[in-house]
Amino acid sequence: MESIAWLLHLIPKYDTLPELWRALIPIVVSCVLFFALLCLIVLFLVWLERKISAHIQDRLGPMYVGGWHGWAQTIADSLKLLLKEDIVPDSTDKLLFKMAPFIVFLGAFAAYVVVPFGISSFVTDLNIGILYVVALGSLSVIGIIMAGWASNNKYSLYGGMRAAAQIISYEIPAAIALMTVIIQVGSLSMVDIVNAQKGGIHHWFLFRNPFTFLAFFIYFIASLAEVNRTPFDIPEAESELVAGFHTEYSGMRFAFFFLAEYANMLLVTSVATTLFLGGWTQILPGPTQIIPGPILFFLKAFAIIFVQMWLRWSVPRLRVDQLMYLSWKVLLPISFVLVLGAGWMAVR
Amino acid sequence: MEAEYSGEIMTLSMGPQHPSTHGVLRLELKTDGEIVADAIPHIGYLHRCFEKHAENVEYPGVVPFVDRMDYCAAMNMELGYVLAIEKLLGIQINNRVRCLRIIMAELDRIASHLIAAGTYGNDIGSFTPFMWCFRDRETILDFFEETCGARLLYNYNWVGGLMHDVKPGFEKRVIEFVDYFEPQVDNLNKLLSDNYIFIRRTANVGILTPETAISYGVTGPNLRGSGVQFDVRRNEAYLGYEEFEFDVPVGKGEYGPVGSCWDRYMVRIREVRESCKIIRQAVAKLTPGDVHESIPKRVKPPAGEIYMRTECPRGELGYYIVSDGSTKPYRIKVKSPCFTVMSAFREASKGTMIADIIAILGSFDIVLGEIDR
Amino acid sequence: MKPQEISVILTEKFGARILESQPEAMNPWSAVEATAILDVCRFMRTEDSLCMDHLELLGGVDYKDRIEIVYILYSMKHYHRYTMKCRLPRENPSIPSVESIWGVANWHEREAFDMFGVVFEGHSDLRRILCPDDWEGYPLRKDYRPPKIYRGMPV
Repeated sequence: MESIAWLLHLIPKYDTLPELWRALIPIVVSCVLFFALLCLIVLFLVWLERKISAHIQDRLGPMYVGGWHGWAQTIADSLKLLLKEDIVPDSTDKLLFKMAPFIVFLGAFAAYVVVPFGISSFVTDLNIGILYVVALGSLSVIGIIMAGWASNNKYSLYGGMRAAAQIISYEIPAAIALMTVIIQVGSLSMVDIVNAQKGGIHHWFLFRNPFTFLAFFIYFIASLAEVNRTPFDIPEAESELVAGFHTEYSGMRFAFFFLAEYANMLLVTSVATTLFLGGWTQILPGPTQIIPGPILFFLKAFAIIFVQMWLRWSVPRLRVDQLMYLSWKVLLPISFVLVLGAGWMAVR
Repeated sequence: MEAEYSGEIMTLSMGPQHPSTHGVLRLELKTDGEIVADAIPHIGYLHRCFEKHAENVEYPGVVPFVDRMDYCAAMNMELGYVLAIEKLLGIQINNRVRCLRIIMAELDRIASHLIAAGTYGNDIGSFTPFMWCFRDRETILDFFEETCGARLLYNYNWVGGLMHDVKPGFEKRVIEFVDYFEPQVDNLNKLLSDNYIFIRRTANVGILTPETAISYGVTGPNLRGSGVQFDVRRNEAYLGYEEFEFDVPVGKGEYGPVGSCWDRYMVRIREVRESCKIIRQAVAKLTPGDVHESIPKRVKPPAGEIYMRTECPRGELGYYIVSDGSTKPYRIKVKSPCFTVMSAFREASKGTMIADIIAILGSFDIVLGEIDR
Repeated sequence: MKPQEISVILTEKFGARILESQPEAMNPWSAVEATAILDVCRFMRTEDSLCMDHLELLGGVDYKDRIEIVYILYSMKHYHRYTMKCRLPRENPSIPSVESIWGVANWHEREAFDMFGVVFEGHSDLRRILCPDDWEGYPLRKDYRPPKIYRGMPV
């Protein structure tokens, strides 16, 4: 944020603009820049998924588009989706149908403003940072239900209902697992949480005490369900419901859902990295930052994303009732115990 | 009062076009939330009235029609038919034809079970076994292609013999494939069959008791999955299968009640190993000879009728052929194994969930071409 | 059990209702009166020495002067097979349904109805199975001519 403000001062006559503009423009510019950066990373993630899935399935994946291993495949696919005909079926609820992808997209992208990628690489440092992120996770549920209902299609309705049940159920163990870290830090601000883990790998919450160690895995599983990844991808179960809640969407609207899924994936891994893996802090203890903060951050996030993708292509899907059982009868009690333990460690 | 609280019944049509119905099958599901109150299958979307066509074509010309019934296991379809005609005519085939027929039938059985396993994994949500199974199936299809020119619809088993002899080196390559393939089955088991989530999805679902199964005419791996030890190759051996040593795997209910989807699926995987054994023995028994030796110039069986059944990958395939002494069949009635197993579908899917419907349908391993003919 | 023995048991039990038997043929069969088929099938299913618990095939054959319904029965316990045939007139053929004895007869009889027009009395849901529900004509009859137009489309 500061760097953006500094850059803007270089524009001639910037200081003569009224107060309101000078407050708003840095925010808008940094949001747009973050958005652009995130879009690029999401495009990269889609390519990565296709390559990983291909090699797990003993085939090659994209190879031609752009030359070396098809790196431009996602760009080509996005262009294709942009150029497709925009089909809005006649019997749908038009307003909801058109709004739904944007709400899902919003739920995924708006949370990035508080995630610290580096020592000063974040848009803003809210003092309720992590609460803000968790709250925005619920916004995408509304979008999914809107998509399922407005499509006027029984399959989409099923997908929407299942998604609502799943996401809402898994938010609770996820949030409680995050609380184990928050209790130990004493602050909801993401920047404070990262700063509490400075000083090497043994300070990371993952390795600091057994409660947060287990909480990491609870959060990992619950976040898979939050973003509708296999083994929890029943809302979009291709083999049962054609395509679940986004059956009727095509072209750019579908692209929004698709991008939102990967952005969501990156979001939950960013949160996991920030809270459990030390964010942008160094692996080795010492004063100097050998690898720059943002790069280290993304390396850690991509490691977790790799595991998420690996799981998707290895493991079958859970059934709805088994999913609910897992959340309410397995993850939730364990996360309660972990929170108690973390609280005890914090006051000790 | 009960009906008020349970919600309204919604009719969902898993229509003719659906990624998981393995063909054009319409399942009319009456659902109450996720629980399925009734599942009624509607077939006939692929009905080509093969039985009527067969009455207008000469006996050898029916073989390509028969291929197209179960297109995933066409060798076995042809085998039943030509064995029936040869029995009517009283033709004896030589050892080379017999062993090659057995090798082709067992390779086709492996290919068909690989499709069953791969698509079943796909339906349950695991996409990787599909690719692995199809990768291995490609080698088998290459064998078929080099021998008779086609990958899927062969017209290879002719009345009295075979279309072509195999290319030189075929036996060696088949043994190489079987050697490569048997460890791949272990990989598949580690990935899919022994996977905890897969077992949870399939091992308590779609139970078919042996009595229900026999009453509904279920045969083949579906019947053996319910614990009934019955295999036409063993109990009513044809083509000299009694000389071969192989086990008949049966569902034992390792992870749930006997007769569940997991049992049926596992019977197929174990049968693949048995097919590998049979192929090795058949290659060892192979002798040189002429595959066109006993092919009659004109197929004109005497008036009469015959019922011949063979074990095809999906169950027992039966041909009831009525001949009136001319060169064209008077009536061919096919007893298709998938037809009878679909008649048991409604019974097997009572009180399950939508996800279970897919699991049960996948475990029955149907091909609509055979059901509708 | 040999087909001859089965044929003897049947004629002992049902006498004149078994019209003709050919146990020596390649596919041994007995022809039964249409009204008696339900009793005969139930006997074959429940009798211990016969125990025909597997209805392999239930199909129709259109001979020029009659329609025959063929029942091929198999025993999973004794491993023997026998065929029953019922001869029906070509006009309004009807026969009792054996759905209560073997569950699979439900679909087989629907197919026989669809292809030959044979009405199975007592069937719970007799409608066409392979052809569309509003198709006219019975395709596997020898005198069948396909319609020129179906629902406005040329066939």
